[in-house]
Amino acid sequence: MLKGKKLCTEPEWCKGCGYCAEFCPKKVLIIRQEKVVVENPDDCICCGLCEQRCPDYAIWVEEA
Amino acid sequence: MAEKQKRFQLLQGNEACVEGALAAGMRFFAGYPITPSTEIAERSAVRLPQVGGKFMQMEDEIASIAAALGASVAGTKSMTATSGPGFSLKQENIGYATIAEIPIVIVDVMRSGPSTGLPTSPSQGDVMQAKWGTHGDHPVIAICPCSVQDTFNQTVRAFNLAERFRTPVILLMDEIVGHMREGCEIIPPDELEIHNRNTHMINSMPYAFGEGQYVPHMTSFGDGHLYNITGLFHDEAGFPTNDNQIAGEENDRIMKKIQIYKYSGILDYEEYQMEDADIGIVCYGGTTRAVREAVDEARDMGYNVGMFRPVTLWPFPEYELVSRARQLRRLIVVEHNYGQVLLTVEGIIKGDTKVEFIGKVNGTAISPTEIIKKIEEGDE
Amino acid sequence: MPSKLVQETMRTRRLPHIWCPGCGHGILMRDVCQAIYNVGLPKERVAIVSGIGCSSRAAGYMNYNTLHTTHGRAIAFATGIKMARPELHVIVVTGDGDAAAIGGNHLIHACRRNIDMTVVIFNNNIYGMTGGQYSPTTPTGEKGTTAPYGNIDGDFDLPKLSEAAGATYTARGDCFHVPQMIRLIENGIRHKGFSVIEGVSICPTYYGRKNKKGSAVDMMHWQEQNCIDIKKAAKMEPAELEGKVLLGEFSRVEGRPEYVEEYDKIIHIAGGDR
Repeated sequence: MLKGKKLCTEPEWCKGCGYCAEFCPKKVLIIRQEKVVVENPDDCICCGLCEQRCPDYAIWVEEA
Repeated sequence: MAEKQKRFQLLQGNEACVEGALAAGMRFFAGYPITPSTEIAERSAVRLPQVGGKFMQMEDEIASIAAALGASVAGTKSMTATSGPGFSLKQENIGYATIAEIPIVIVDVMRSGPSTGLPTSPSQGDVMQAKWGTHGDHPVIAICPCSVQDTFNQTVRAFNLAERFRTPVILLMDEIVGHMREGCEIIPPDELEIHNRNTHMINSMPYAFGEGQYVPHMTSFGDGHLYNITGLFHDEAGFPTNDNQIAGEENDRIMKKIQIYKYSGILDYEEYQMEDADIGIVCYGGTTRAVREAVDEARDMGYNVGMFRPVTLWPFPEYELVSRARQLRRLIVVEHNYGQVLLTVEGIIKGDTKVEFIGKVNGTAISPTEIIKKIEEGDE
Repeated sequence: MPSKLVQETMRTRRLPHIWCPGCGHGILMRDVCQAIYNVGLPKERVAIVSGIGCSSRAAGYMNYNTLHTTHGRAIAFATGIKMARPELHVIVVTGDGDAAAIGGNHLIHACRRNIDMTVVIFNNNIYGMTGGQYSPTTPTGEKGTTAPYGNIDGDFDLPKLSEAAGATYTARGDCFHVPQMIRLIENGIRHKGFSVIEGVSICPTYYGRKNKKGSAVDMMHWQEQNCIDIKKAAKMEPAELEGKVLLGEFSRVEGRPEYVEEYDKIIHIAGGDR
């Protein structure tokens, strides 16, 4: 995880479309039981692509 | 420099409608050319910019009412005007104004129909459309002026009711009144009773209403309260809901607000020579003048005739007519259609009073002679 | 607590929204909010106007002055708001059926007037709310529940239609290229005049299923591979561009008179400003 930033999720809002996991450049995310799961948090570079393409606002990067 | 309006002018009903609207505070009009209401758009185009208001000729009838509703949401008193075919097109958005509770005045200058019909000829065929035209059950206020001055006065009243009760108000004119030309006093706003919507939002909720009240207050877009307006059933906050209880309560309130305030300025009717009458004539709008003349002539001939004119057609002055009918042997409904107000009258007069009918739909006006003939025939 | 942007610009208590899993509309709504945020418009100065359909549900989630109108009429309502309150930034959120079918007449006439507002069309190529009927942007040959044997209608190119009708800013973005879509909406908001930005959406539930486009992820990959920037496309051969969707700014005309300002001149001529 990039210093000063953190990846957050709101599983209740996640509808499991899979965009975030599919297009994550570092394969940090997976979909498990139709919800997003941060599987490899240490690999996250906080690029924010998941946040941009999440139709449900269930994943985002914020200042730590 | 904007021309100062002379107080007394020779005007058409359509022109008086615009002057009444301006006096009531109209500052936005959107319309589309259609006979016989076009003069309303034409005069609005001239007069609105003179007072800092705005006129738009839209691409169609639907856009016209939509733009007027948009302007009303932004806090500007707005009006649109049309005739039969255009009135049909506006119906969906009249329902929108009803449920979203957006004040607006819709003028329908009735002409012969159905369809293109006889565009330049008188008719009163839209009476039931004014009441039931938009889909779903809903209340409606429809006002029928009978002369040029009455058009001025009733247009002011239409705006006042729209603002007070957050509701669309239909000014149901007809070709006779719209194109009638006579003297009209343009009463300045400071001499009129003018109502403006209450803009103080209750509990920061756009559809909240006080104890014992039925009309929520309405803040304009841009005034700082961020809220939602929708044509879906909605909660007090303005957001769509599928909750049947909330939907039912909202529907009830919207219906009730017109019923409850019926006697707080919505209802209006005129009686002429009714005190001792045993024959009553029900008329409204463009037939009024012929009826009044027929009443005078028939009285000279020895008949005790009077006139009962609903000024507010919807809601109908039912109790008032029923009370009056107790003294009547005969009640003649006169209108330019196959019997639309007749249906209502027959529905409420249950007693000894015989209900008769004069209807005309060939595009010519009903004359006093025809009315007198009917009076005589029935008493032979 | 969702992201700062969502907290700032949306009615979080109304979320999650009603759109299907993978629906591109959520992405596009966020883009609109991000663009408004980036331009720095005060919320009370923004009016969001929508019509009817999947796209138009956006208004209820966005924390501005929001008006959810009747089917097809959003631009006409918006015109009235803009005329009554020119200080408001009016943004119409609409769909392909809402804007180009039932509301097509309002779209082209608003283009013609060049009234200052921004129209963002969430184009999912289908009527989603009613269950997948073909729309004016369903590509010819593709299917909907009312085109079971394939659509024989031609389809609209929305930016080109708008440009021809007189819009002074036209653009297209999609769901994959998010920063570009945000930038296009920002430019539309900043542009004085009538702006139309098409956002190519994704409808996995109806359009995708009906036309065997695969999963939502497959449809997003399709955008990745087939939505091409107009500048890049200029260097490509016609054969390479077959079946591609062009993104970017299609037209921008500066200096054409804007409607509200023109009407102010009429008020001046008529003496209404004195």
